[in-house]
Amino acid sequence: MYALVDCNNFYVSCERVFAPQLAGHPVVVLSNNDGCLISRSDEAKALGLKMGEPYHLVRPLLEQHKVRVFSSNYALYGDMSRRVVQVLSNFAAGVEIYSIDEAFLDFSGMHLLVPDLLAYGIRVRSTVRQHTGIPICVGIAPTKTLAKLANRLARRQDTTGVLVLATPEQWEAALAQTPVADIWGVGRRYARKLLEMNITTGAALAALPEHWLRRHLGGVVGQRLWRELHGQPCLEWNPTEWDEEGDQLLPSATGRHSVTCTRSFGRPQHDAAVLAEAVATFAAKAAEKLRRQGLAAHLITVVLGTNRFAATAGPNTHTAVVSLAAASSDVSRLTQAALCGLRRLQRPGTAYHRAGILLSGLEPAGRGQVGLFPDAADQNQPRRDKLMTTLDALNARFGRQLVRLAATGVAKDAPGQPQAAAWAGRSAHRSPCYTTDWNDLWTVQLGI
Amino acid sequence: MLLKSSNIVMIASVYDFIAAPGFSKTELPLFGCAVPAGFPSPADDHFDGPFDLTRHLFRNPASTFLARVSGDSMTGAGIHPGDLVAVDRALRARHGSIVVAVVEGEHTLKRLQLRAGQPWLVAENARYPPLPIDPEAGLTVWGVVTHVIHSLGDSQMIETR
Repeated sequence: MYALVDCNNFYVSCERVFAPQLAGHPVVVLSNNDGCLISRSDEAKALGLKMGEPYHLVRPLLEQHKVRVFSSNYALYGDMSRRVVQVLSNFAAGVEIYSIDEAFLDFSGMHLLVPDLLAYGIRVRSTVRQHTGIPICVGIAPTKTLAKLANRLARRQDTTGVLVLATPEQWEAALAQTPVADIWGVGRRYARKLLEMNITTGAALAALPEHWLRRHLGGVVGQRLWRELHGQPCLEWNPTEWDEEGDQLLPSATGRHSVTCTRSFGRPQHDAAVLAEAVATFAAKAAEKLRRQGLAAHLITVVLGTNRFAATAGPNTHTAVVSLAAASSDVSRLTQAALCGLRRLQRPGTAYHRAGILLSGLEPAGRGQVGLFPDAADQNQPRRDKLMTTLDALNARFGRQLVRLAATGVAKDAPGQPQAAAWAGRSAHRSPCYTTDWNDLWTVQLGI
Repeated sequence: MLLKSSNIVMIASVYDFIAAPGFSKTELPLFGCAVPAGFPSPADDHFDGPFDLTRHLFRNPASTFLARVSGDSMTGAGIHPGDLVAVDRALRARHGSIVVAVVEGEHTLKRLQLRAGQPWLVAENARYPPLPIDPEAGLTVWGVVTHVIHSLGDSQMIETR
């Protein structure tokens, strides 16, 4: 048995934890750079606001209905997500984090401990709500695909927010009322193909023979989907590991293929110096993520994006790949390589709208193959590693990016106000980082 | 539990014990493994690293939130303006708990009292009258305050040499 836990309107729910006056009031959260709507409260959904709608287009409607607008505050959402997962881990043998607001729980053998899975699911839901303030829905079923389906239907049941599909009768009934495009694992292309063949529901898909799915829906992937829909678990289980202190999550390194950091700029940038500062900042952030997971990278991809909506022909994303002789997580090495890639990529006079860094070719740090021609830097590696540890400890203690390479820019961006850089995106409505930044710490008015 | 200055004094004295009484802290490496040959320090097995106040104070890290206090209505309970409070959402509020509650959409921090079944939010400062809560409307308790972290101020933080 698996459970899929999904946080309801997660970003909006995080904002509401610290702003109780927003309960019952329409709220939306905007994407990076205040681009479009990425989270909506139920009240905002009822106003007809759609996911992904550009902010500037719906602004009149938002103002008319006095909708409260927030820029995204990923420091807050990340911390609240960690808290939710920590509470969930008390209820299951293992947790697999699927996204910032979704996690699978391993419920194998759970029916022996708790005969009533529905009551258990309700307890999970009320505990997460009580401990973190975040409302969730729980779907319980024998496979991940069916758990995802159960969760989707649980969202509609306002009463309990929990749905168990434990018997074939239960999941067949659930599949019958679900459009085939909404089944997890059926992509847009396959959905179109199935609709053309008049297979409209999940039940119709499950009723096809196993070999048909193998033949027409991507070979073994299709076959797995068939089995998952029939209650036979086939998908991999990648539990998220905890560090020895038991209070920090280590995402499973095996499931990780890349580490990225990309941003849209507040306004288009031509200036090579500003672009270099932005790319160096992203490289430093990505390198820090890499070290936190105990990994090192062989490949660095620099990404530059031009206007996606421009009428001119040609691609709008440009990439340069730089490979290292030996895998590294050292910020200076990675930044050097990133800037080298940037110089190759950048065309003078071109306005860029976004940039980013992608680190791939990952392996556990310190276990990599030694280069055939070790250079002087390799001799210093133990000292460099110590330096990185110290750097991370300082930044963890005194705020992100307090100690950094000068290549990231020596602008006026004091700690706590990282948005001051020339390339920084718009985030005009960001709430304070209540739980992660001393300067933004949540304040309680004792009142009356 | 209120973190009073006496607790901090206790922690300081335990630290002194680890550093071995009679020796200044700079001599501590003598007890470590810095000596390449010879006997390892018998204290090495007993040193578990410095105290982690976070783990000591916050029993439920997932549900505990830190907040800074603004206002003087709780000075009688040892909660002063500018203090830090730890608020645990996992705990059930009882008669006498100091809670963060939601009143008319705003957070407030008061002592919860049940008087003849009716909840009251009571300040700890004579200048603030107790606030009766309409039992029909109910009271939303955001969390229970478990600790106050009160700084004794810069004037007392003179380092001794």
